[in-house]
Amino acid sequence: MIKNFLSLEWKSFFRSASFGKGLAIKILMGFLSLYFIAIFLGMGVVLYPGLKKTFPDKDPLTIVNSVLFYWVIGDLVFRFFFQKLPMMVVKPLLVVPVKRSKIVNYVLGKSVTSFFNFLPLFAVIPFGITLMVEGYPILSVISWMLTLMLATLIINFLNFIIESFSTEIELSFLPIISIAGGLFVLNYFDVISFTQIFANGFNAIYNTPVLIVIPVLILIGLYIINFKLLRKKLFLDSGLKEKVKEIQASNLDWTKNFGDIAPFMQLDLKLIWRNKRTKSSVWMVLIGLLYGLFFYPQPTYQGMPWFFAFIGIFSTGIFLINFGQFIPAWDSGYYKLLMSQNIKYEQYLQSKFTLMALSVVILFVLGIPYVFFGWEILLAHFVAAIYNVGVNTHVILYGGSFNRKKIDLSQKAAFNYQGTGAVQWLIGIPLLIIPMGIFALFYFLIGFEIACLVLGILGVLGIVLHQKLMKGITAKYLQSKYKMIDAFNQNN
Amino acid sequence: MIVTSNLSKKYSSNLVLNIASLEIPKGQSFGLVGNNGAGKTTYFSLLLDLILPTTGCIVNNGIQVNESEDWKPFTSSFIDESFLIGYLTPEEYFYFIGELRNQNRADVDKLVAQFEDFFHGEILNQKKYLRDLSKGNQKKVGIVAALIGNPEVIILDEPFANLDPTTQIRLKGIIKDLAEKQGVTVLVSSHDLMHVTDVCERIVVLEKGEIVKDLATNAATLKELEAHFSGVEIV
Repeated sequence: MIKNFLSLEWKSFFRSASFGKGLAIKILMGFLSLYFIAIFLGMGVVLYPGLKKTFPDKDPLTIVNSVLFYWVIGDLVFRFFFQKLPMMVVKPLLVVPVKRSKIVNYVLGKSVTSFFNFLPLFAVIPFGITLMVEGYPILSVISWMLTLMLATLIINFLNFIIESFSTEIELSFLPIISIAGGLFVLNYFDVISFTQIFANGFNAIYNTPVLIVIPVLILIGLYIINFKLLRKKLFLDSGLKEKVKEIQASNLDWTKNFGDIAPFMQLDLKLIWRNKRTKSSVWMVLIGLLYGLFFYPQPTYQGMPWFFAFIGIFSTGIFLINFGQFIPAWDSGYYKLLMSQNIKYEQYLQSKFTLMALSVVILFVLGIPYVFFGWEILLAHFVAAIYNVGVNTHVILYGGSFNRKKIDLSQKAAFNYQGTGAVQWLIGIPLLIIPMGIFALFYFLIGFEIACLVLGILGVLGIVLHQKLMKGITAKYLQSKYKMIDAFNQNN
Repeated sequence: MIVTSNLSKKYSSNLVLNIASLEIPKGQSFGLVGNNGAGKTTYFSLLLDLILPTTGCIVNNGIQVNESEDWKPFTSSFIDESFLIGYLTPEEYFYFIGELRNQNRADVDKLVAQFEDFFHGEILNQKKYLRDLSKGNQKKVGIVAALIGNPEVIILDEPFANLDPTTQIRLKGIIKDLAEKQGVTVLVSSHDLMHVTDVCERIVVLEKGEIVKDLATNAATLKELEAHFSGVEIV
């Protein structure tokens, strides 16, 4: 049976429509894994002599045990964002004579083979061998190594339990962040010393290897919980089905002020607010807005005015870049409808433009408090905003006409690269680097004010030529109409 | 109303549609039948300018569809679920389509109200997004949306599939009414021979992209079609 499952996965990998893309990512992942393996291996080898040298009067093993708590927390958080339960396309298997428990066991068993579980071994094994060479009791060292492996598996299964509960809520990363943060804080201020508890635990197993039964029991317990959770979800009306929420329709009549593009603007606003993926790009806006706070408080950056333009472009243009780079792929699900309806392409694009321009203005206004760090910053942000409205919006709309990747709106955003073609990444570069380059050039040649003026003039030029530019962009979209319809029609 | 001439569509060397000439007069209810891969959806996609013809063209009310977009105001269609916008409620979807077709909310409400029994109380005021409706209900929304804005040409691909019997019967009534009383040209494709013969005045059979039969519907048509598709020609 397992052989059948494996052959199914093999086929789904090699026969998928996005195989080429998948392969490229897989190769990239392969290099990344090699890199991590090398790091861990190096760590495992160097750890013992290194610790011995730095802390000659302490036992390296005890030191390692005393920081294991941080490893557990770190691993848990990392896995939450990067490791997903390998749910194969389980639906078709439900109606064929395969026992449900078999499917669940297979899915869980497969998760054990995850790279995340093997990575620690590359550090643990060389470290353990060093310990044995150094004359530590062999049985104890082996049981210590086994305990670490068990801990890895415990983290593995614990993560899936956390994930299965977290997916039910809107901001799914909040619980894990708050739990991990809470534990960390409790530990840091010595309210409860988890480092000590963990260290004691590992030391105890090292001293009395029989105690290894405890992590084994924990692991079995977690496996059973996972099994039960998954078993329950293997029904069409529970885990495999999206939850249907009652919705609250909002009145968007204010968009009527924008005239004939109003219907599209309403559609875009609903698009942003009602889909997970787009909604999380709204949260990204917050990050962009606060981006300046990473730099401006530091005196180093205060002396680099040429850098202000970059932060200005980024913080007023974060929505523009985030949302704009997937035009028109946001509408890929119903692109055929739009193309056969009585619409003018220009209005459709104009709506996107208005939305992006509005976001730039709003983000600039929200960013006015940056004036606290100096009026130059505000001025730089102001010209950056003008540049964003006048130039970057048009550039990104133009870039969108090369967009050929469908986006499935229901997917989550973080680390979901669906719909990101190479062109999309390339477009981010000119949007940020070119204005910064221009700004820096004039700043070093003449001065800050002139650099601001140049960026501002470029932006105003773009705004003045808006009608003309939109005509050109529309023509480009019309040209690639059939290619887009065809591409958006394909499921990857 | 719709004139097709020398139309063909090739994918690499594979000829999927080849229609030398086909004329559909105004106000006709026109049925397209054929097995899978016969070219029904390809023809409709060409008619809606969603794909480019390899040769020839379709002229809709004097407008060549791949040259000008002026056919859009009087043509409406529902081909498949990709014509729906999943994150809208049915009402919002109707209003959106209405606005594209220059209908205000009152107009749309009035039209949609006529289909209350068609909807069976499962669509309006449900506070659900379209993506959360069942396939059948999605189809109903798509079909009704295609009727918004007094179109002169309506294109429906497989409208009967996925619908419950009550709705099928009601839909047949709607289509007949559109063609007979309001002079709307309705193009329908279907696998169900009975439904098409019930609804359409004229039935064209496609086979591997070619027109093999062009029948004016009468009492004997269903028999003839059944015979054709079961492979036994009647004498």
